[in-house]
Amino acid sequence: MNIMTEQKLEQAVGASMTAKTNEVIKMQGRKVGVFYGEKQALFDVELDIRQNQVTALIGPSGCGKSTFLRCLNRMNDTIDSARVTGKITLDGEDVYDPKIDVVELRARVGMVFQKPNPFPKSIYENVAYGPKIHGLARTKADLDAIVQSSLQKAALWNEVKDRVHEPGTGLSGGQQQRLCIARAIAVAPEVILMDEPCSALDPIATAKVEELIDELKQNYTIVIVTHSMQQAARVSQRTAMFHLGYLVEEGATDKMFTNPDDKRTQDYITGRFG
Amino acid sequence: MPMTYFIAIILVIGVVAYIIGRQRAAVHTGGAVKQHSRPHYHAWWAFLLATVPALLFLIVWSVGSSVYLERHIEAQLPPQTADSAVPNRSLELGLVRSLANGLRRLDAATLDKLPATFAELQPMLVAKGVALAPDTQDYMIPVAVETNRASDGLRLTGGVIGLILSLAGAGIAVRGIQPRTRARNNVERIVLWALLGSSTIAILTTVGIVLSMLFETFHFFASVPLTNFFFGTVWDPRFAAAGAGDSAGQFGLIPLLAGTLYIALVALLVAVPIGLMSAVYMAEYASRRVRSIVKPTLELLAGIPTIVYGIFALVTLGPFLRDLSAALTGGTPFIQAQSIFTAGLVMGIMLIPVVSSLSDDIITAVPRAMRDGSLGLGATRSETIKRVILPAALPGIVGAVLLTASRAIGETMIVVLAAGVAANLTLNPFEAMTTITVKIVNQLTGDLEFNSPQTLVAFALGITLFVVTLIMNIVALYIVRKYREQYE
Repeated sequence: MNIMTEQKLEQAVGASMTAKTNEVIKMQGRKVGVFYGEKQALFDVELDIRQNQVTALIGPSGCGKSTFLRCLNRMNDTIDSARVTGKITLDGEDVYDPKIDVVELRARVGMVFQKPNPFPKSIYENVAYGPKIHGLARTKADLDAIVQSSLQKAALWNEVKDRVHEPGTGLSGGQQQRLCIARAIAVAPEVILMDEPCSALDPIATAKVEELIDELKQNYTIVIVTHSMQQAARVSQRTAMFHLGYLVEEGATDKMFTNPDDKRTQDYITGRFG
Repeated sequence: MPMTYFIAIILVIGVVAYIIGRQRAAVHTGGAVKQHSRPHYHAWWAFLLATVPALLFLIVWSVGSSVYLERHIEAQLPPQTADSAVPNRSLELGLVRSLANGLRRLDAATLDKLPATFAELQPMLVAKGVALAPDTQDYMIPVAVETNRASDGLRLTGGVIGLILSLAGAGIAVRGIQPRTRARNNVERIVLWALLGSSTIAILTTVGIVLSMLFETFHFFASVPLTNFFFGTVWDPRFAAAGAGDSAGQFGLIPLLAGTLYIALVALLVAVPIGLMSAVYMAEYASRRVRSIVKPTLELLAGIPTIVYGIFALVTLGPFLRDLSAALTGGTPFIQAQSIFTAGLVMGIMLIPVVSSLSDDIITAVPRAMRDGSLGLGATRSETIKRVILPAALPGIVGAVLLTASRAIGETMIVVLAAGVAANLTLNPFEAMTTITVKIVNQLTGDLEFNSPQTLVAFALGITLFVVTLIMNIVALYIVRKYREQYE
């Protein structure tokens, strides 16, 4: 599903000299700023999101990492007072271009939220929601197949296959979050944004979701906001550190956690502030 | 000495107890033993103990003494016979009581040499501005004097006992102030009882209303059989024949109930779609600025008295619809000036703010996470509203609609003016029909005897209406509560 045109590929590669030859830049932020009313929450963020990798956004509360994440699929549009400046591209296309339909964008860039938020419908209906809206399934059998494969990819199928018509709200917190991931996958997105997906979960459920994220990166590009250093270290290949609305530092996760360039990153990672 | 003096003195004792209690409790502050309650709790406890029992006693005493006085007067009056000057016992008691009140206006010297006949007494009372009924009898004068004496004695006794109670309460509370006294718990317990009492008042009032209607309803059903009322299809109360024993009239509920439900249905057909759509607009689409203007304006509609809507229907909308229908057919109007359609339309307009305000609250109560979840999957706003928000809010909206329906059923003034008073049984929405509420007004605003079925039927109608709206409210509350459980 992520077949890029040659031209786009070149464009994307050309845009960032930091990309290795086997790495493709999926999304790119240039001089991204966000204002909530008069207050500026994000300043000149320059960040590349690499395809089929997990990029972790870390930083203390209020540093703008969630704000940046929500720019990537224009969820900030739903907040009346929010205004975004700069440029964000998906496969080289500006996502804030008036020609881009925000609905299509969000189908390509899916999102999983901090608190599991299944709709008060059955498990099946939760997963089938996206495909139905976007007309991805022509027949009932198609839809069944999409639901099953999405639940399988989200590692939830075995637990719920006998009760897919029971309400999704009846699942445990960890199962609900995997249901939300399945729901996002069902739309066949290219990028999945996760906003602290494990913060409401217990350690066992967290481990399952992390394992899932690791598997999902085969097929999807993932951006995850997390407050847990261990989680960032475990699941991500790239890490970006935010502080007070600025991107402090970005790099390979191994390097960021062993030998960061910036003092603030080091302080944050070692738990000295934040 | 009037009772108000005693009450004032008791309150003063309470205030003094408050001040003393506060000072005594303050002495303990910072002592060796940690104080259980802060000084103002001790003070309040002293105030409450000084006032509450004493005031409660005074209330009980005055109720009890008035009952006692009534017996006392009655015992002194000559027995009631067929040729008594005053035909009715309660009327006689009333005369004595007003005479006794009149006598209080006279000064002590006059009272000492009171004339023995009412004919001589009357000018003296008139000079003091007391006008009494002319059929006050001579034998009532000594009874009235005795009544005044007895009631003065009772009042004085009660007042003194109240004062003693108050002083005792204050004394006990103030003496009881120790560092470990649990004054806070005591005060809080009394506050709790007061809160409980307040909420009980509403319940007791409801019970009282129901019971009073129920008794009158039984009287009604003593003269009209149940089946004639509930299954009768003709409403013809025969006002003219009221009082004549043989023609009780026909009291069929069906035409009224049908009219009530029909008009309410038309009103809901107007109010629910418009109200719901305006709620969706305000909750989901409107910018904050638009919302801040539109919502209060819409709620202004709810503040218009229903009689004004009724006048609007009667004077403006009804004739307009009649003329419009006449113009459409080119001659005879098919919409009558007073019709179900007119009444339903105007009532629907009145109910729009009710529906929209309730639904707006319910729609806004759907968690933001639901919207985000749907929008994050690439759903459009309208898809999100149709597929996620409205289904999630549906039980609440159904509850809101039922609450609105019970308002529509209970509405009176609009239908009185806009639907007419003719109790027809028809399916044509452009004809006049009438409702239960209109008929209640009709039956009670004549000058008929209060025990004729023509009047008593109002209570039977009232209780029917009460039961119908009660059932709707219970169903609505049940649904709303079920809805609440969903997100917890």
